[in-house]
Amino acid sequence: MEKTLRIRRQENPFSEAYFEEYSVPYDDNMTIAVALLNLSEGQLKKKDEAHPFRPVAFDHSCHQKRCGACAMVINDRPSLACDTRLSSFSEDLIKIEPLKKFPVILDLLCDRSSVFERLKDLKVWIEGESGLQGEEISYEATRCIKCGLCLEICPNFYREGRFGGMAAMAEQAALLAKIGPAQRKKAADNYKRSVYEGCGKSLACRDICPAKLDIEELLVRSNAAALWKRWLKFQEIE
Amino acid sequence: MSVDQRINIIGAGLSGLSAAYEIAREGFFVRLISVQPSERAQSNLAEGGINAALDVSGEDDDPGQHMEDTMECGCDLSDPLMVKGLCEKAPSIIRELEKLGMPFHRNNGVIVQRFFGGQKKKRATYSGSITGKALTSTMIDAVRRFEAEGRIERLCSHFLIDIDVREDVLHSVFVRNDYTNEIHEFFGPVIFCFGGMNGLFPGMTTGTYANTGSAAALLFSSGFSFSNLEFIQYHPTTIKISGKRLLVSEAARGEGGRLFYFEGNEKKYFLEEKYGERGNLMPRDVVSREIAFSKKEVFLDMTGVSPSKWGYELKELREELIYYLSKDPKTEYIPVAPGIHFFMGGLSVDRGHRTFVKGCYAAGECASAYHGANRMGGNSLLAAIYSGIVAAKTIKEDIKNGLSLVEGNDPENHPVSHEYRMMNVSEISLDQKRAAILSEAMGVIRDKGSLEDGGKKLFELRSSLPGDISKELIQRFILSEAMIKSALQRKESRGAHFRSDHPERKEEYKKTSIARITDHNIITSFEEIGRL
Repeated sequence: MEKTLRIRRQENPFSEAYFEEYSVPYDDNMTIAVALLNLSEGQLKKKDEAHPFRPVAFDHSCHQKRCGACAMVINDRPSLACDTRLSSFSEDLIKIEPLKKFPVILDLLCDRSSVFERLKDLKVWIEGESGLQGEEISYEATRCIKCGLCLEICPNFYREGRFGGMAAMAEQAALLAKIGPAQRKKAADNYKRSVYEGCGKSLACRDICPAKLDIEELLVRSNAAALWKRWLKFQEIE
Repeated sequence: MSVDQRINIIGAGLSGLSAAYEIAREGFFVRLISVQPSERAQSNLAEGGINAALDVSGEDDDPGQHMEDTMECGCDLSDPLMVKGLCEKAPSIIRELEKLGMPFHRNNGVIVQRFFGGQKKKRATYSGSITGKALTSTMIDAVRRFEAEGRIERLCSHFLIDIDVREDVLHSVFVRNDYTNEIHEFFGPVIFCFGGMNGLFPGMTTGTYANTGSAAALLFSSGFSFSNLEFIQYHPTTIKISGKRLLVSEAARGEGGRLFYFEGNEKKYFLEEKYGERGNLMPRDVVSREIAFSKKEVFLDMTGVSPSKWGYELKELREELIYYLSKDPKTEYIPVAPGIHFFMGGLSVDRGHRTFVKGCYAAGECASAYHGANRMGGNSLLAAIYSGIVAAKTIKEDIKNGLSLVEGNDPENHPVSHEYRMMNVSEISLDQKRAAILSEAMGVIRDKGSLEDGGKKLFELRSSLPGDISKELIQRFILSEAMIKSALQRKESRGAHFRSDHPERKEEYKKTSIARITDHNIITSFEEIGRL
């Protein structure tokens, strides 16, 4: 079995992008991440000669949907390359592009550092000590892998905007569940500003999330705490 | 203390985060360097738990018994004093993590613990089957605060490409920015936290691709001494998926899963038959070896697991098996096989996690410290955090005793010119040949013939390489050869190192093996335990 990968290439952040096609033999289980790895190792046949061979740059690490590195746009759908099997497409041509909401560094590699910078600006950490309460919310929120697929698909998120999207929401949901009274006002204000006021509730994020985070539940619980002051009772850790 | 006196940490997984947090808390400045953000680190893949003798299950547990189990699992090859420190500190580490917001599984506010391989008591504290992920997230939050304060400077998308060591004293490290291709030279003490050597076996392990193993290879070739390189942990239950081996957590057996193979139509629960009721939870080396000896396809039977466990404890594990194998462990048997999972060997360190090079420290899986000949399940997350703390405390002590925090580091991080080139396609293909030879020689069961054969093939291949070949590739060959040499040198069977030509454990080898480069030759030797 063979398919064609049509890959967007770009040699540096400022150069013009172009597409290149490679034919790739595959089996039922082969993921896009492994196909790209094979390409970089020189194992795939290039279908045109317009540009000389160059390994394709892309972020990838765990290959098991746990690290969020290999986020990209595959056949117009934001996806993890390690979570996408070639056999899942009925088409023979698979188009692969970098995320569009983040600056491209090289090929499929883009700079998502703003996702992490934002969490710093929002002061997502526990001051003093965490309480015992809110463990379920915190557990659910911690499953977020910061891949950025939810941000890519979100109609309200853009990188420079105040709305941090669900990648920022998950961290804050955990924080709102765990913190003590002294930290509540600041955390609630940050949440309102960076999530509540920006989210248009399209819930496109829910369907695209590769970790299948229970986004509605996290939003509801966080709104209850930050907007309606329905905080969980703080239980001190002995 | 000023910002041009930063302590460099290379690697931002759990041990790097732990060291950074501890150092920043002490008032020092840190530069945290990693090829990927912490969210992508291999620590996130750890599943089952973190050990501590909290004695919450009414089993009369204590740190002494935790230590005893750790020593026994490690086949007496760990330094008892180091293990003692680890086990005694474990309960307070768990409490500290709780205060940082770690969502441990609790029942009515009390932590719940589970069984893990090699343990006589329930001692693994957990968060579903994503303990490593939850733990890393907790530490990321803790460190973020110091980042915002400017105490910790994070350099993501940066990786170590060279090191300048002068007469066993660190001069500087060279780090490359993957986004800009610029190279920076950093001075001052370094803590290496770059993880295990799974990158020397690309695609064959449960680890990540971000870990390439090249940092370890660079340090070995630069004269750093490595301990116990022959001890590679094969996790008994892994499955092959696209691009790698996927871990099926020990929690599967901790919660009641059993291993068997078919003899005709009959299921033979071979571990229970040989080792009794708790046979499925024998240490990992024992289980992997029994699977290898059986020469049969082995299955994990979780059909008898208590139905209540699928809702939380084994939720992710089940989802993963259904996704990757289209098999539901609730009702179907899962075919499993041993796969490379952890390296007990690594940089030689003393009890304070100092390497043999002054100014360099090592913590986490890249340092050989607590796990002896075989790591006990649930001890890797614990050791990652604990070793980071110890390394941080040692640095503080060494600074007090005169270790220089070099001033005059360029605050603007201007790039320097330094020779570097990535491996090209033909070099990657040569590296894959190297990996195939190495994994063939360093399997679960080894002997003199196959080890010598592997060593010879590697040496011949390396000798045939042209002069302009990538330095990184050569370094990967040399570390691989050192692994095989270390395995040849140990003419006994102990823990994860099983020699079919020397199947018994020998008292004379109750020693740490050491490998290092001297005058361009790989020299192996033995050292008394705890003498480093």
